[in-house]
Amino acid sequence: MAKIITVTSGKGGVGKTTTSAAIGTGLALKGYKTVIIDFDIGLRNLDIVMNCERRVVYDFVNVVNGEATLKQALIKDKRATNLYILPASQTKDKDALTIENVGAVLETLSGEFDYIVCDSPAGIEHGALMALYYADEAVIVTNPEVSSVRDSDRIIGILQSKSRKAELGTSVKEHLLVTRYQPDRVTRGEMLSVQDVEEILAIPLLGVIPESEAVLKASNQGVPVIHDQKSDAGQAYGDAVARFLGEERPHRFLESQRKGLLKRMFGG
Amino acid sequence: MGLLDYFKQESRSSASIAKERLQIVVSHERSRRHQPDYLPALQQDLMQVIAKYVNIDPDEVSVQLDHDDQRSVLELNICLPKD
Ligand SMILES: Nc1ncnc2c1ncn2[C@@H]1O[C@H](COP(=O)(O)OP(=O)(O)O)[C@@H](O)[C@H]1O
Ligand SMILES: [Mg+2]
Repeated sequence: MAKIITVTSGKGGVGKTTTSAAIGTGLALKGYKTVIIDFDIGLRNLDIVMNCERRVVYDFVNVVNGEATLKQALIKDKRATNLYILPASQTKDKDALTIENVGAVLETLSGEFDYIVCDSPAGIEHGALMALYYADEAVIVTNPEVSSVRDSDRIIGILQSKSRKAELGTSVKEHLLVTRYQPDRVTRGEMLSVQDVEEILAIPLLGVIPESEAVLKASNQGVPVIHDQKSDAGQAYGDAVARFLGEERPHRFLESQRKGLLKRMFGG
Repeated sequence: MGLLDYFKQESRSSASIAKERLQIVVSHERSRRHQPDYLPALQQDLMQVIAKYVNIDPDEVSVQLDHDDQRSVLELNICLPKD
């Protein structure tokens, strides 16, 4: 039985797809057979971030409609063995997904995979609900910024009331992932700190991903940033995956990396 | 607001203002999460009735439904004007 992890946020553009690609890849690199599903029907993007956009023949909607088998639609990642991608459709109707047909696909995948990572679309409408309904665990991607934090709280409320787990009287395990964090701006009082976000959302912190040039470079090249273990964001995602798997790791990149004036003058 | 308060406000970091605003809006929205859909309409109706007798500020009326194990309590809070 696979564990289903939904990467969600309410707000768009906060780093869900970047995170799905990184966490999915990270789990696969740790030896777990993993599939990442793009639930953003009509706005497919996971494929380009994972550099398999030219290999898409069939998609998730083809599978739910019975136009293709899962085997035909799944794309094997070229870098990480154990990793597969199920792309979203680029054209079809958003309402093609239903609780029943998504459930059937997840059920089949569940027999073959250790982890199923669901990359949610933005919003709190149908698509986001489909992505979170079957979640065992959820990674709530949040930027340290008012609208993102507020939307994360909304989506947490939805996880706690509309997910399958909630309907069955249990709960989805929630993880907070703060992304695009800029420690120097936090120091200057211009940005909410990780502690502020944790305090407001009151869910356990999985990790903090700094704002990083490596992320744009990674998506330009179609290589999930977690492969770039020289980069701050790559290491931060590596830590987050390790913590997800139960390892204890200190949080890094919470302090400004830029050297202060004194340090620059006197070395150190 | 006194002059001193004004300067205090100015010197507060924008992050701490953001945090305070978020705490307020999030706690407000959480308390609404489990409320039935008819509550806003009920609040409207109640306000119209009360407004027949007293001049009230719509912001000074709150209708809330609280639950414990035994029962649900409909709480109506209205601040009446001073005179
Ligand atoms: N840690 C980060 N540092 C810098 N840019 C980032 C970071 N995380 C995400 N981004 C950028 O933000 C944009 C939105 O990211 P994406 O993962 O597509 O968000 P979503 O899936 O939530 O819409 C992309 O351009 C991405 O490169
Ligand atoms: Mg996305």
